[in-house]
Amino acid sequence: MKRLLKYLKDYKLECFLGPLFKLLEATFELIIPLVVKRIVDVGIPGHDMAYIGKMVGLMLLFAVVGLVCALSAQYFSAKAAVNFAAGVKKDVFSHLLSLSYSEIDTLGTSTMITRLTSDIASVQGGVNMFLRLFLRSPFVVFGAVIMAFTIDFKAALIFVAAVILLSIVVYGIMALTAPKYRSIQGRLDKVMLSARSNLNGVRVIRAFGTEKREFDEFSEKNDSLTSLQIITGRISALMNPFTFIIINAALIYLLWTGGVAVDTGRLTQGDVVALVNYMGQILVELVKLANLIVQLSRALACADRIADVLDMEPSMKEGEKNVPAAENPCSVEFKDVSVRYAGASEEAIRDISFKVPSGSTVGIIGGTGSGKTSLVNLIPRFYDTADGSVLIDGTDVKDYTYASLRSRIAVVPQKSVLFTGTIKDNLLFGREDASDEEIIKALKDAQAYDFVMDKDGGLEAEVSQGGSNFSGGQRQRLCIARALIKHPGILIMDDSTSALDFATDAALRKAIKEMDDAPTLFIVSQRTASIMHADIIVVLDEGSAVGMGTHEELLDTCSVYREIYESQF
Amino acid sequence: MKENIRILKRILNYIKPYIFFVVASIFFAAVSATLSLFLPVLTGDAVDMIIGKGQVDWNGLTIVLLKMALVVAVSAAAQWILGACNNHITFGTVRDIRKDAMRHINELPLSYLDRHPTGETVSRIIADADQFADGLLMGFTQFFTGVITIIGTLVLMFMLSPAITLVVVVLTPLSIFVASAIAKSTYRYFKKQSEVRAVQTTIISEMIEQEKIVQAFAYEDRARQRFNANNSELTGVSLKALFASSLTNPSTRFVNNMVYAAVAVSGAYAVIKGRFSIGSLTAFLTFATQYTKPFNEISGVVTELQGAIACAGRIFELIDEKAELPDADDAVLLDDVKGNIDIDDVCFSYTEDKKLLENVNIHAHSGERFAIVGPTGCGKTTLINLLMRFYDTKSGSIKVDDKDVKKLTRHSLRTNFGMVLQDTWLKPGTIRENIIMGKPDASDEEMIRAAKNSHAHSFIKQLPNGYDTVIGEDGGALSQGQKQLICISRVMLALPPMLILDEATSSIDTRTEIRIQKAFATMMKGRTSFIVAHRLSTIKEADCILVMKDGNIIEQGKHEDLLKQEGFYSNLYRSQFEV
Repeated sequence: MKRLLKYLKDYKLECFLGPLFKLLEATFELIIPLVVKRIVDVGIPGHDMAYIGKMVGLMLLFAVVGLVCALSAQYFSAKAAVNFAAGVKKDVFSHLLSLSYSEIDTLGTSTMITRLTSDIASVQGGVNMFLRLFLRSPFVVFGAVIMAFTIDFKAALIFVAAVILLSIVVYGIMALTAPKYRSIQGRLDKVMLSARSNLNGVRVIRAFGTEKREFDEFSEKNDSLTSLQIITGRISALMNPFTFIIINAALIYLLWTGGVAVDTGRLTQGDVVALVNYMGQILVELVKLANLIVQLSRALACADRIADVLDMEPSMKEGEKNVPAAENPCSVEFKDVSVRYAGASEEAIRDISFKVPSGSTVGIIGGTGSGKTSLVNLIPRFYDTADGSVLIDGTDVKDYTYASLRSRIAVVPQKSVLFTGTIKDNLLFGREDASDEEIIKALKDAQAYDFVMDKDGGLEAEVSQGGSNFSGGQRQRLCIARALIKHPGILIMDDSTSALDFATDAALRKAIKEMDDAPTLFIVSQRTASIMHADIIVVLDEGSAVGMGTHEELLDTCSVYREIYESQF
Repeated sequence: MKENIRILKRILNYIKPYIFFVVASIFFAAVSATLSLFLPVLTGDAVDMIIGKGQVDWNGLTIVLLKMALVVAVSAAAQWILGACNNHITFGTVRDIRKDAMRHINELPLSYLDRHPTGETVSRIIADADQFADGLLMGFTQFFTGVITIIGTLVLMFMLSPAITLVVVVLTPLSIFVASAIAKSTYRYFKKQSEVRAVQTTIISEMIEQEKIVQAFAYEDRARQRFNANNSELTGVSLKALFASSLTNPSTRFVNNMVYAAVAVSGAYAVIKGRFSIGSLTAFLTFATQYTKPFNEISGVVTELQGAIACAGRIFELIDEKAELPDADDAVLLDDVKGNIDIDDVCFSYTEDKKLLENVNIHAHSGERFAIVGPTGCGKTTLINLLMRFYDTKSGSIKVDDKDVKKLTRHSLRTNFGMVLQDTWLKPGTIRENIIMGKPDASDEEMIRAAKNSHAHSFIKQLPNGYDTVIGEDGGALSQGQKQLICISRVMLALPPMLILDEATSSIDTRTEIRIQKAFATMMKGRTSFIVAHRLSTIKEADCILVMKDGNIIEQGKHEDLLKQEGFYSNLYRSQFEV
């Protein structure tokens, strides 16, 4: 929670005014019985209806002032809480986006989303409640204790003992439930993961007819969440009865010792009545406080989870070299590069070196899991090398800022992902300020122009989530257009034409080669046809480069390449 | 408001199974509230026994204090049980609603799921359900105790002075009126809040889910801008909603203070007229405060419930979404499949105005291998959607073994097809769980044999925990090709009588593919198969090639025959050798 306090800093005034007004309101509320006492003590014995009327008028005035104070208190604490949550959310979102691929891999999407949504909501509720009650309750409790001291020191000690005992109980229950609330949020993550994967995999699930089993798995996670919530609820529900017992035990003891004191003449009956009233006030406040604390322990658990995310350092350090990207093709060099993923037993890439002059085309080919994607992922620095380095225009990728590095590279990923919005929105994802002509040029180069124009609304046609209203090949071509629009210095096509027929694939490659300032092109592919005209072909096998050269050279020298080639013709 | 009542009724329906706990909750609420009212009376008695020096009734005091101890103990126990019951009701109810929502998702037509962002749907099942729980719990905790306290104090007040009680009773509805007026005028803020929040959830889930793409395009800053804009909007809306929800309590308290003042005046008047004693007035005022307090709480509950109802409404909206047309009553199980498939005059479109398939006719005999080729967007995937009955045809019919698919249970139809899609999907879990998906009772030997056939065994073996390696969301660090191999193993293990392979090997290298092809060939023997592929080797061996363009089958026949036709297919074929 400490970690998050700084988000309240800009709302110091609200944090101060909220509780202050709450306090004022409480004060006015406490005055009202005093006014009634004046009616009873002065007005009634004097049969003075005018005085009574005046007092009632005073009461109404206090009620109005109380209302104004209360509304102000609510407003200020709501303002502080909502803005606090917005600030936290903004930073968490921003921070999540700055994590590197390897953290994203380990963390997983579901938990990132719950932390951003449900956890922050819970903290917001906690802050709001806290601001409204944290001054008021202790104020009333300590006020009552102090008042008790003015009446009788010995009797007041009972108050002190009760308050200490209560603090222990409150703290104990909080300590007991806080870790439980944390695991509740953890289980909520799991429920969410299950729900999401059910939605994402709906076709496969239905094809295999495993709806019931998937549902049972969801239910099981849902049940385990619920049972923990119920258990934790049971512990939290102890708070009220415990405070009730302690206060009333103190009350009984107070009456007994009060009896003794009155018997010996140390106290009067009136004193005892006053003490009893103060004890009663404490109880009322504590019941409110108990509810606050239940909510607070949950909020604290959530705050911890949020702080965990904020504390998570991206494992890669961003470079500082900020060179604006020119629209020229870039040169690329791999120098003794090795890659090892977290938790993997073997290196994914071993000791690979080659140079790519600007503007040339590199083909990368190899078996499933041979490290093709791992290799090209190093160019935009999605992952860091374990050994060796990757240079772009002679500068190590680790030295560039992410923005300047990635602004010169465009990637067409293996899995074609589109976003909800229009086709145009998706293309502008590549470069915000692209003109309509540039968009159309990119679409034409990507062989996507015709089908886009066939869609209702053309560029403004809606893309539903994940692009499910487009076929696989259409999606791939839109992803290619999105990349081309960037005018990148380096274009990486990671097996991104697999759903295209050969004619389209060939036309696409031709169009890219004919672009002005054609980018240095990396083509990862299974098809020799897609890469056989490349200037350099890198043949990968289980993470090592087993061949490098042109198509003709490799046919002579590289048996793996020959095998791949022959398998396709 | 009518809408709210309808939602409330449905919530009550969900609570019904917990009726035992509800009854217990009411009972213990009654016990604890009554005892709490009794306690001040006992305290008063005790005070009356401590009159002054030497005037303490020790025997009486002991008895009263013992009574108090008993009352406190019983009341505390009742409070705890009450809390536990309420917890049980709330979380149980939410669990059931969540379950129903999830069950319903399984019945929703794909057209709904394709159109609605996953983030939004998940937000309904998770976030809305969660907030609903909070509201409901609050409601239960305070509602019954409140009601019983009101009744109890009313009785006690009535015993003291029926006339002044009347004043109280007449005035208190004011606070309920104020509360409901506030609730009514602020409902829209809650609704707006829910809506803006749903947009936020969509942004969050899209940007976070596709974070890798976002980073690849250096889109982070723009993503932040979009998020921040929405976040500011949400902040404004939430502030309004939160403030609106907190209006009620002070307002009703204000009304209660007025009630209190009215009691003071009328009470004082009664005392002056000699109809009332000062002691009774003091007691009456105490009861009046105790009586009005629950009204505050209940009005607080009303706002809280309102938020809860808005959330519940959104979940129910999902549950009410029209499900897939249920299987016909006379739907039969498809079993003992031969694999004769007849597609007659099928037309289909996703949207009314745009035809996707037009008069498609395909007749496949048992064991035949069909290859579907054609430019992207020609309707191949749509055809598969229809075969699997993910969507229903607009006109025409699809028959399997002469049985119309609409007269078959979906489950039996689908499980008789083995499907591998280009878009690989793996469920979060172990590799084993993923492979045995189609045949949960498979033995280890069967599973490994399937994995070996699809050449997935060798890489799986190298993973830290082999088949028990847990893969994260979306396959985690596995390569696209490896994921595809696992998907193929899944079908190789299940071995259904008909197959659909939509670019099933698109991410697998050709050498591995050739080896898998052998296994595929064995698998396809005697199984009617539809294969979407670009690789000629696959296509060439097909019994029939369907060439599709713009939703029509324009050519149909064997490879050699089609080449001779010098049509679209032969062009397509030749283009492979050109650049």
